[in-house]
Amino acid sequence: MRWQRGVVTEIVRRSPTVSSFFFKLPEFIPFTAGQHVSVRLTAPDGYRAQRSYSIASAPDTTGHIELAIERLEDGEVSPFFHEVVEVGDEIELSEPIGGHFIWRVEDAGPMLMIGGGSGVVPFVSMARQKALAGSSAPMLLLFSARTRRDLLYIEELEQLRARGDGFDMVATLTREEMPPAGISKGRLDAGMIAGSLARLPGKPKRIYICGSNPFVENAAQHAINAGVEPALIATERYGV
Amino acid sequence: MATRGFVGRRGGPEGTTERLPPGQFLESGFPVLSAGPTPRIKTEEWSFTLKNGVRPVKRWNWAEFNALPQTKMTRDIHCVTTWSKFDTAWEGVMVDDILADAYIEPPADFTLAHSYDGYTTNVPTADLVGGRAMVALRYEGKPITPDHGGPARLLVPHLYFWKSAKWINGLQFTERDELGFWELRGYHRYGDPWREQRYTND
Repeated sequence: MRWQRGVVTEIVRRSPTVSSFFFKLPEFIPFTAGQHVSVRLTAPDGYRAQRSYSIASAPDTTGHIELAIERLEDGEVSPFFHEVVEVGDEIELSEPIGGHFIWRVEDAGPMLMIGGGSGVVPFVSMARQKALAGSSAPMLLLFSARTRRDLLYIEELEQLRARGDGFDMVATLTREEMPPAGISKGRLDAGMIAGSLARLPGKPKRIYICGSNPFVENAAQHAINAGVEPALIATERYGV
Repeated sequence: MATRGFVGRRGGPEGTTERLPPGQFLESGFPVLSAGPTPRIKTEEWSFTLKNGVRPVKRWNWAEFNALPQTKMTRDIHCVTTWSKFDTAWEGVMVDDILADAYIEPPADFTLAHSYDGYTTNVPTADLVGGRAMVALRYEGKPITPDHGGPARLLVPHLYFWKSAKWINGLQFTERDELGFWELRGYHRYGDPWREQRYTND
């Protein structure tokens, strides 16, 4: 594994629990939308902690990479990012990893992406890449979050939808009494999956599901019950 | 070089440090990681096939497989995503006992494990025999739940846990070391946690 020291150039709060950390990399390594990188923290005595985070930025050649990191209360690495890391800090990053949960422009569509909470992050990278590449592939994002404040990247995603070039989005909030107009209320269920499948212009080539394990299990089961071939479903589950 | 301001979480039970491979942390839960949906396999439809190359050597159904000698194995497990879990208690059929029941000696140096969902992972045959690996049928005294690989999963606890294939339905001996699902997607061909062999060139 190749490791390099990225410099934090910007920190942007995305929600009460998620912030984006932008890194300038000495050597930009091309990646594919949906991939993740590992960050490695080292204590003065050599103790190390390593965790993986999905890349939110689109594959490009500007030499920057954006990681959206959710603060886990009992975590070791994410609270460090939220409490200690500042612009100018150097953080060790791995080369991009993962050849399974990815979308390439030539993969086209229709694609259905189902994200729970910060599980939307790899889909942000995919949607950004699709727009940058001028791809008109049909791509529907089904986004479930707790409250309106947890709808990461919602304005940008709305703008991508407004382009009318194939990106579409359906959102639902699980802990919001009065969701904003156009956003559903309640947990992801069979009806929402069936509705999303019907909203695509054709049978999906692939279904991507990312989030906590219970979220992924539930969404995958509904998709299978709706007649989706299990082999078409790719999942990414938060480890801990 | 140290990361500015990072100390890390310390402490934990006595002896924790010695049992944790480099870069790992102790996890009390049991996270679930898999590349696709969880297959639901009924035990009455389950079978396990031993193959030498393309040639099937022997096939067992659920009842036949459960009639093989059952062994208990309690081991620390280490996931490549950096969590480790201590003293996980499994019960199942040692690969040695599977081979004995098929009346064969290991015919090749490499083995590919196959699963119901199409997953594969490669393990040198020497790492599966000599009391080092089993096909586990029970975890902590109960049938293994589907999300953790039930009805049956491979258990190769001395390698990173992606080698312990969930939903296993066969072992195939191969002349060459043929890469499996994650091994073709950037992960190490062998995966020794103590040498931190996470990715292809580690």
